Amino acid sequence: MNLHEYQAKELLKKYNVPVQEGIAVDTVMAAEEAYRQIKTQTNNNFAVVKAQIHAGGRGKGKIEGSEQRGVAVGKSLEDVSTIAKNILGGTLVTIQTGPAGKKVNKVLVAQDVYYPGPNPVKEFYLSILLDRAKGQNVIMYSTEGGMDIEEVAHNTPEKIFKEWVHPSGGLQGFQARKIAFNLGLSGEALKSCVKFVTNLYNAYVGLDCGMLEINPLFKTSDEKIIAVDCKMSLDENALMRHPDLAAQRDISEEDPTEVEAGQFNLNYVKLDGNVGCMVNGAGLAMATMDMIKLSGGEPANFLDVGGTANAQTVEAGFRIIMKDPNVKAILINIFGGIVRCDRVAAGVIEAYNKLGNIQIPIIVRLQGTNAAEAKKLIDESGLKVQSAILLSEAADLVKQAVA
Amino acid sequence: MAVLVNKRSKIIVQGFTGTEGTFHASQMIEYGTNVVGGVTPGKGGSTHLDKPVFNTVADAVKETGADVSIIFVPPAFAADAIMEASDAGVELVVCITEGIPTQDMVKVKNYLQGTTTRLIGPNCPGVITAGEAKVGIMPGFIFKPGRIGIVSKSGTLTYEAADQTVKAGLGISTAIGIGGDPIIGTPTVEAVKLLMDDPETDGIIMIGEIGGSMEADAAKWIKDNLRKPVVGFIAGQTAPPGRRMGHAGAIIGGADDTAEAKMKIMAECGIHVVASPADIGKTMAAALKK
Repeated sequence: MNLHEYQAKELLKKYNVPVQEGIAVDTVMAAEEAYRQIKTQTNNNFAVVKAQIHAGGRGKGKIEGSEQRGVAVGKSLEDVSTIAKNILGGTLVTIQTGPAGKKVNKVLVAQDVYYPGPNPVKEFYLSILLDRAKGQNVIMYSTEGGMDIEEVAHNTPEKIFKEWVHPSGGLQGFQARKIAFNLGLSGEALKSCVKFVTNLYNAYVGLDCGMLEINPLFKTSDEKIIAVDCKMSLDENALMRHPDLAAQRDISEEDPTEVEAGQFNLNYVKLDGNVGCMVNGAGLAMATMDMIKLSGGEPANFLDVGGTANAQTVEAGFRIIMKDPNVKAILINIFGGIVRCDRVAAGVIEAYNKLGNIQIPIIVRLQGTNAAEAKKLIDESGLKVQSAILLSEAADLVKQAVA
Repeated sequence: MAVLVNKRSKIIVQGFTGTEGTFHASQMIEYGTNVVGGVTPGKGGSTHLDKPVFNTVADAVKETGADVSIIFVPPAFAADAIMEASDAGVELVVCITEGIPTQDMVKVKNYLQGTTTRLIGPNCPGVITAGEAKVGIMPGFIFKPGRIGIVSKSGTLTYEAADQTVKAGLGISTAIGIGGDPIIGTPTVEAVKLLMDDPETDGIIMIGEIGGSMEADAAKWIKDNLRKPVVGFIAGQTAPPGRRMGHAGAIIGGADDTAEAKMKIMAECGIHVVASPADIGKTMAAALKK
């Protein structure tokens, strides 16, 4: 589950991680009030307005139909007001949102961190994530902040450092110091970086993050280390022990059909193809998508109906797949193990009759327990449903359907 | 005797008296698996499915001599259950539970290091040695005894592969469902090693998914130890990057963990890679004839 920048920053503050201060608002008037507060706090006329969406590239992205960037500096109250007006309610298109863009419901009015001071400012990169191969958390960091880190990793891999954290001891002081030294820090900035990294790691573990990225990690002109941006995703498996975090989910950022599928305990991911599919098991579901492609179609979705495929789940699956107007055929692929195929077949027939008026070809492949009985049920139902037992037969039927 | 489990294995069930534990334990017993008891804290001293129930794994091991445990404990308590089994000296722990928090598994993985316990899973269908022992939730009848081993991240895709193998005139020695989570006890390469060393296995089917580097690691090992044919399939050739496809671990993070990249390195290392999941069985049959 992804969080917005403003939500993530609030959480970090609870772990004493210094962040660029800001106030999240959803109206222009509130943005003006936020600006006044921040101006008083920082004694600075400048403030930054940042669109809050679940995608990166906001600074370079533009609000659809205008030249307004998703992150912009306002130099006065009027400025901030205009920017907020341009962004709020608009659709922000960035390199990560795709051409459809994302609607902006909130902006974060934040302090300007480039205020003058005795020393030059500096931007770094730091993230914490799981190293799957080692089974340990790893802190990845670089002196090249504020840039696309994948590009840095590709072009100048020597500028990316990694620090693995041992699960039993946690992050040690020497490791935090090593990070600060490798970033070229000294004096006050070094001390505040050590504290920053230590507290950030505690936040990562305490909040059960899947990924926590600070880009840029910022050294101010008065030697403070703060998080200017924060991308945080939470481990969905751990939300059971964080009901307060689960409540911060913003479903307006998610595909409405995917949200609906979730309510039926169906695992659905929308894709762009023309053949819908409904499968039991995630691995078989992916394999079925692959097979659709090899048969000349394009998968319209990933849909895992789980271990108990019955009339109810099949019906919900049908409804969800058919919401997509691009779908020209549906393949149901069930490998019956514990669940009996004849039961699933009865469920398909029941759901089909209930929905009525299905105009697109339906291909049902049932294999495993009582597969032959299931095929007979489908074949004798009088419905316009094609049945198969072997996976290769199902592939051939898909081929005919999309030809 | 194939690998990991056989008819002499003594198996206990953690989460024995729960709905899942009860259903699958009775299916395992029906298959002929040597289930010697179960553990449900607070219900020790009673019997369930005609087997003794214990409060702790240590008690169960002491009384029954169990060497294998299968876990059906809910996600919030599953990590604890795995460590309890290891502490009691259980050699093989099979964890079926789906949805264990990743940071819990970081702890478990570290805890198991230096112990004699092997963990299979979590989020897996379990292990079956055809005709001898079913320590999992798979439909037993599909796995006709034979000499092909299966290593797979996915449940139903394992059944699919086993079914195709049997229809191609072959059979299964041991099928190992290693699980679809980002951190699992036995990665692909270790499961493949077991089967490569097993005199009763003539060929190996290796089924992977997008995400992580386990298949590439296994392929590199196989290249230097190719003593029997290996057929490979990677699910998720059409999966979009950055989206989680059902399994917690099935997510494309970079250029190296796409299906395409994995299939390429597997083919380069001498594995018979199939693009279609419908071709697994016949490709194994053909590879054995060479």
